[in-house]
This record gives sequence, C-alpha cells and structure tokens, in this order.
Amino acid sequence: MDDMDDIIKEFLVESYEYLNSLDTDLVELEKNSSDPELLNRIFRSVHTIKGTSGFLGYNKLVSITHAGEGLLDLLRKGRLVPDEALTSALLQLVDAIRQILESIEATRKEGNADHSALSETLSRLQDKEVASVVPAENPGTSAALPVEPAPASADSAPDEVAAVNTDADPTSSGSKAFAQLQTLETLRGLCEQTGQSIPLAQLAEKCDLKKDTVHNHLAALRKEGLVRMRKNNTYEPATNADALSTGTLRNGVEASTASPSQAIPKVPGPAQDSPSAVMSEGMPETRETPKASFSDNTIRVDVELLDTLMNLVGELVLTRNQIVQFTTAQRDTAFVASAQHLNLITTELQEGVMKTRMQPIGNIWNKFPRVVRDIAVACNKKARVEMEGADTELDKTIIEAIKDPLTHLVRNAIDHGIETPEVRAACGKPAEGRLLLRAFHEGGQVNIEIIDDGGGINPERIKQKAIERGMITQPDAARMSDREILHMVFMPGFSTAKEVSNISGRGVGMDVVKTNIEKIGGTVDVQSKLGHGTSIKIKIPLTLAIIPALIIRMGEDRYAIPQVNLLELVRLEGEQIKKGIEMIHNTPVYRLRGKLLSLVYLNQELQLSDQASQATQERQGAINIVVLQAEDQNFGLVVEEIIDTEEVVVKPLSKQLKHLSAFAGATIMGDGKIALILDVLGLAERAGVLSEEARARTKADKSTQPNTTELQTLLLFKAGQNRRLAIPLSMVSRLEEIPTANVEWAGDQELVQYRGHLMPLIQLSRVLSVGGYQSDPGQEFMQVVVCGQNGSTVGLVVDEIVDVVEEQVSLQSRKRQDSILGVAVIQGKVTELLNVKRIIGAADVALFEHDETTEVI
Amino acid sequence: MEKQKQFCTFYLDNLFFGIDVLKVQEIIRYQDMTQVPLAPPVISGLINLRGQVVTAMDLRPRLGLGKRNADDLPMNVIIRTEDDTVSFLVDEIGDVVEPDEDTFELPPETIGSGLRKLINGVYKLDGQLLLVMDAERTMDLTAST
Repeated sequence: MDDMDDIIKEFLVESYEYLNSLDTDLVELEKNSSDPELLNRIFRSVHTIKGTSGFLGYNKLVSITHAGEGLLDLLRKGRLVPDEALTSALLQLVDAIRQILESIEATRKEGNADHSALSETLSRLQDKEVASVVPAENPGTSAALPVEPAPASADSAPDEVAAVNTDADPTSSGSKAFAQLQTLETLRGLCEQTGQSIPLAQLAEKCDLKKDTVHNHLAALRKEGLVRMRKNNTYEPATNADALSTGTLRNGVEASTASPSQAIPKVPGPAQDSPSAVMSEGMPETRETPKASFSDNTIRVDVELLDTLMNLVGELVLTRNQIVQFTTAQRDTAFVASAQHLNLITTELQEGVMKTRMQPIGNIWNKFPRVVRDIAVACNKKARVEMEGADTELDKTIIEAIKDPLTHLVRNAIDHGIETPEVRAACGKPAEGRLLLRAFHEGGQVNIEIIDDGGGINPERIKQKAIERGMITQPDAARMSDREILHMVFMPGFSTAKEVSNISGRGVGMDVVKTNIEKIGGTVDVQSKLGHGTSIKIKIPLTLAIIPALIIRMGEDRYAIPQVNLLELVRLEGEQIKKGIEMIHNTPVYRLRGKLLSLVYLNQELQLSDQASQATQERQGAINIVVLQAEDQNFGLVVEEIIDTEEVVVKPLSKQLKHLSAFAGATIMGDGKIALILDVLGLAERAGVLSEEARARTKADKSTQPNTTELQTLLLFKAGQNRRLAIPLSMVSRLEEIPTANVEWAGDQELVQYRGHLMPLIQLSRVLSVGGYQSDPGQEFMQVVVCGQNGSTVGLVVDEIVDVVEEQVSLQSRKRQDSILGVAVIQGKVTELLNVKRIIGAADVALFEHDETTEVI
Repeated sequence: MEKQKQFCTFYLDNLFFGIDVLKVQEIIRYQDMTQVPLAPPVISGLINLRGQVVTAMDLRPRLGLGKRNADDLPMNVIIRTEDDTVSFLVDEIGDVVEPDEDTFELPPETIGSGLRKLINGVYKLDGQLLLVMDAERTMDLTAST
C-alpha cells in the first residue's frame, strides 16, 4: 500500500527529528535536571515515537520506548534524579531507536537486534525508586503536563497500546492525516450502506486495512461518541445511521480536511510541538516556541530539486548577463527597461533560491553536545560545549561538506585537547573543560572557530614526532617556525597521541579535515598556546555556485578575480609609474600609502607570451594594480585592464587542468566566451608572496611597521675565510670594536668586560670553519657583534662588518651545517644566513643564561 | 574484442584513427578557444559547449605528431566518459566504420612508444590501417606524462 509507505516515511523523518533533538536535550538534562519544560519535551518526543510506532505495528520499538517513557515519567514527577548512568541509558535508548529506525528505513522491518539488555537496564533504573509506583498507571493526571494523554499501561495488549496512542498522539504529518481521512471516508461509506453493526474483521477487509488500524480509527471515533463499540468487537453508529453518515462524521471529516493538523480533534500538546515540515529541522531555537502555524506554512522539498533550481538560476544569471550586455548597445528604451527589470528579478530570484539552500550551522552543531559528552565520559574527562552564532547560515552543500571535518575537530579537542579533571585542577583550571564553537560572517565568508581551553599543542612534541617519523630532518625542525610546526598536524599520517584510542590518534583525520575544507574553497588555521588551549579557525565561502568577481583583461583573454580576495584598485599614470614603482633587487614594489606592496605581474606569473603588453601599458602611461589579499599577505597584481565586476557562475575545470593552482575554475561570460577564475591564494603561492619567511617577517614587523612585510633588515659581515654572512638586525644590540688585549679567559671561554658585565665571546671563524680556525694575533681590534638576549649579551667576533641592508630574503638552498640557516642572494652576492641561536647554544656559554626561545628569522 | 564495433574515425597527420562510437558525444566545427596559461602544451584551451566548459586537447602533440598548419582549423571530437567531457582536436573527420573483427591485430611493437600506449590495436582495412585509440588513456595526462 502506497499510503502506508508514505506514512512510514513520514514517521521516519519525524522520528529522526525527535532523535536529533533528544540527543541535545538529554545532555542538557544531565546538567540542568530541574527544567520541567526540558523534561516534558523529552518525554513527549519519546512518547510520540512510541505512539506512532504502535500505530504502525512496530512492537519492538514500542516496547523499548515504553520502557524509556516509564523512566522519563518518573523523572518528570521528580521521583528520580538524572545522573550519568541514567543519561547514558537514555542515550542508549536513543541509539537503539535510531538503529531500529534505520532498519525500518532499509527493510521495512524492525531488524533482529536484541535490545532486551537495554530494556532491562531501563526498567532496573526505574526500580531504583519507590517500587510501589507503577510508572504509567495513571499519568494522565500528572500535574506537570495536564494535557498529556494517558500512555498505555504496561500490561495492556499491543492493540490497546496502539489504539490509545494513536488516538492521543497523532503527529501533524499531512500524509498520515490524509490516510486517516481516507479511511474515515471509507468507514463512513460503509456505515451509510449498511446502517447497522459491522464486525471489525469485515470492516477491515472492506477498507483493505489491517484490523489494528481500523481499530485505531474507530477508537478515535468512539472517543468522539460517534460509534459505539460492542463487546463482541462490532461497531455500530452511535445514534443511528443517518447521524453518522450525514452529520457529525462528515463534519468531522471536512473539518479535518481543511486543516490536516487537526485531523483528530482534541489533539494534545505533542502535535503542536512536532515540526513535521520544518526545513531547518532540529534547530533548538525554533523548538522553543510553539509552532503550529510554522508547520502549516512550511513544506519539505527534495534537495535534488533545489540543486536543479540552483543550476537553472545559475544559467539564468548567465543569460541575464548576456542580455544586460546587449542592452548597452540598444537604443530602444522599452527594451532597456525590461532588461533592467529582468536584471532585478533575476537578482532577487537568485537570492531567494540561495536562501532556500541556506541552513543554520546549528543543524550540525546540535549533535556535538552528545558527541562531546560521550567522548568525555569515555576518557574520564569533563567538558561542556558552548555555542555562539548557531544561527549563522551556510549553503546546504557546504554544511554537508563540513559536517565530518567539524565532528573530527570536536572529537580531537576533547580527546587530545581537554585534560583530565585532575590535570586541570593541578593547572588551576576548572575541572570542566570548555569547548567553544563559534560561527560568524565576515567579508562574504563564514568563520568557524573551535576553541578549547585544554593543554594546547606542544610544538616540541610535534617536532619530535615528525623527526621520528622521518617527515622532517633535525635541521629542518630547528628552522621551522612554530606556526609551520603546528601546521604539520595537517600532514597525512601525523598523530601526536601517545596511544591510539578508539576515538582518535590514528593519524588519519587532520589531513582529511584540511583536504575536505580546502576542497570547498576554505582554509584551516590552527593556533595553540601550550597550557592554555587550541583554537582552530576555519574560513569557508558562503556558497560555491555563484560568486561576485572582478573581471580583468590580460592580453586577449579575460580573467575573473573573486571579490572575496579584493581589497582595492590602484591606477598609476604617467610620472607616477616611474616614481611609484621601485625595484628591490628585481622585485618590483609599490608604496601604497607609505607601505610597501610587492607587485606581481599577471602576465609573468601566467607566463603569457606577449611581453608586449607590459610595454604597451607603460607606453599608454597607465598601470592597473589590483590589491589582493591572500591569507594575511597583501600583494598587488598588475593587470592590463580592469573591466567590471560581475556575478559569475563557477564551473569546475576538467581533470587535466585541476592541478593548476593558479585557477579556481572557469566561467562563461556574457558574450559566450570563457574566462578563467583566478585562485588568488594559488597565484600568491606561485609568486612566492606567501613564503614562510614572508610570513615570519609579517609577524616580526607587525608591531612596528605592519605592512613592510616583504623586507627584512639584515646585518652583513664577513667571517671565516671571507664568507659573507648575515643575521637579522633585530638580534643585534650594538657593534663594538674591542681591543684584542682586553680578552680574558675563564676556563676555555673567552670573555671581555663589557659595560660592567662579563660578555662571552664567540669566534665565528672557529665555529664556521671546522678545525681551520686561525686567529690573527696581529690585529689590534676585534670587530664584535653584540647580540643581546634578555639582559644577557654575547659577542660574536667577526672579521669585517660589511653593511646593513633591507632585503627581501628567500633562502635558496639549505645547508646541512647547523649553524647556517641557508643561503640567499643579498646585494647580488651569495650570503649565508646565520642561525644565531644555534651558534650561541653550540658555543656552550651555559654559565650565562639566555632565553632559548628568542626567534631566529 | 566484441563483435562488430563501430568506430568514429578521423585523421591526424595522415594517420587514420578510430574511437568507439559510443564514447563520442558529438562532432563540432572549430570553436574559439580560451587559452589556459600554464597548462600542459597538449591543452589547447577551453571551449563553451552550450554553457558547459569543455577542455580541448590537441591530439597532435598528445601523440607526438608534428604541428598542424596554422591555416588548417582542427575539428572537435567531443568525448564523453563517466566523469569528464573532453574535446579532441583532430585534422579531419572520416566516416563511421564497422571493421571486420578478423582484421584486428594488436599494435606492432615497433611503432613509437608514445603512440603505442594510446592505441589498443589496428584494423587492416582495404588500403589503409585504422588505429583504435584508447580514449580514456588519451584523456588521462597523469598516467603517461
């Protein structure tokens, strides 16, 4: 029977909704056991599932929900206080229900899983309290919920259970009500025909229904006084045949038709509370308010249909763009006016369709309290979840895509992040860990943050692990910044967990999280403070299908730049070009409001053959700079011509071109030509704007000169067989000439008295050229670079100070020697960058304590 | 090989190729293309096929054949596989042929390896040889480059 199928579907969808809210509510209950409204809600959810499953003849479901309901009833009456064991049992109940529902969904049967243990647990928990209380004997009189109808008593026959519950607790689902109406109509017809008593079995046969179902419907009618039930299971009209056929019953039926949610009169609370057709199912916020009207005003729509609509709207936007382009050449005002109208309507339609696909992120968040609780219990930890901005909306496809990564991150935060209560207490933190989920819109993107106040990530341990696993070498590790190291958790196969648990620690996951988020155009960043917690920041686009973009031209072709990355446009004309663009060792930079902006020529980056364009530009006397932001770096992209901004429909590139990181996709322009969409992040990486050195410099310079990030000030000097060496000027406190005669010795350590302190000296020549050190005793003075570190100072003895330069440094090759970070070309000459920290450490000047954490480059 | 296959045929540098007709979505004339900078040289560009962005791959460089005359505009053979649609640029389109299975032979060992990897076999037709192209492998640039 198709009707039955529909009813079961409705039942499944509704029950899943209840289950979702149950998860959240139960965890909430554990914390806040005194909230009667919460308890009632939980009770009603379980009760409704029980009722409907009884109606549909799922006895197993009835029996376990019944046991759970009994328990909840005791809770509701205050005879039991929720504790962890109880909540666990109830959560297990939710799992069991879910399992049965899944089985029903797949096979239409309840499945063979044995839930007797659970039922036992549930009833055992009930026995904990006053044994004399028969849980559901007469709950209809319950003070807490007066309108709640009587749930079936435990010993009643299944038929009766079904009858009472269906009667009491119909959900407002349209199809079910419709099915019931049909049955009622049939019954009415039968009564009219015969006008006399009809045996139940015969009724059922005529209606092509199960006996139970007929029984249920009639029970409803009986309640209305429309039919009488005889002892011998025969029904007859209450007064006479006429009254039933033409009077009350028809009215009842018609009234019901008008409003399906009132299909059965005297529907108590639960029906109003069942969000049967809520697009945004399971939102805790909306559940707070009664929403009889809400469910009347919403419909369920297949996501596939929405996807089709979205695609169609995408095509419409393209066509709109084409037409708008044609109108610029048109004189016909009527035509132009209708084109403008079309333009407006399309935009509105697009917004509307986009909105239908938007869902609050709370939809995926509200299962996290349960997840967190389960994991916390499993790890003997205590944690609570806080949420900010749960109503932040995201495209459905994106919601789907981030669901698993977010779950993974939440699990990680509890399993790895939050410490056990004892450890927390020892650190002076509250025993209960806090996990904050935060979502908000910013600059056309959605930011999601997962912040825990746990132990944080120890970079040293990551280093160690990475070296153990052969992912990096020791010198690599020494050179890496903390940020780089933290980002190693996103590398495949990486896990810092000491032991593999069943929750996490297998080292698959973070890399998958990263790939999944990058797949939808998002970025993940991790920040951590040892002992204070970890925060993971995810930025994702609002939607994927249609994006606003700036269209530019380079040579023959046009390109689209997503506006998300766009900061501003700068046009240089005439004299400004010569004055504005300066070269730092072949790297063009532009002073944008006093700050240096490194320039990237699009034609060079894309290796476009027409070198002419740049020349043309300069001849034309204008340069267009598109100022873009990639992660936290700004750079200027020099393009030939800026055309316009336009909404573009993103089309993916085929497999053959996927690897081109410079492009995010393609789009079809108004004139039918194709334009490539630039991937600003990929382009920036290609151009080297995002090198780790550049980042580090951003960090270092941020306090003083926030935007001269591309440059680093270095002290150049010579030491050890005329090698050119450099160290960051920021590490240098003074340059001194010290008379050789002043050098004194303490053990094998050379010292000088310097400004009232003892300063150890390090002969760089000796450190660098292993074994080949020859001091030059003929010299009267030594050149000493005084490096200050937290109050203590160390003198590096060098041969000659060369210069102080401001340069963009990119390490060309990495030396194996510990004391050298790498080699770079500075002032056109090969220069080695010293690892000052290492050198000082190697010189074993332990008696002068210095801070090991001073950052080197 | 199954019986009585039909092949959509085309010419490349005087060689005669065939692709299983079921894999060919359509054949269209030369289309304006959008260049893709940084792409491998075999990718000629992108064409707009009724609102769909399709990558065009020039089979001449793909098979290691010489360059086409600048005046000769190539034809597009649109190949559709399960997960991708690609346009093969060829010199000239031939008939749909239904060669006799008896005339099939595996590709001779001696032909250039670049070509041989993309050829499933040879049909000995009257007066000429039909090289059967493996469309999937030809589309997949990662495997053989």
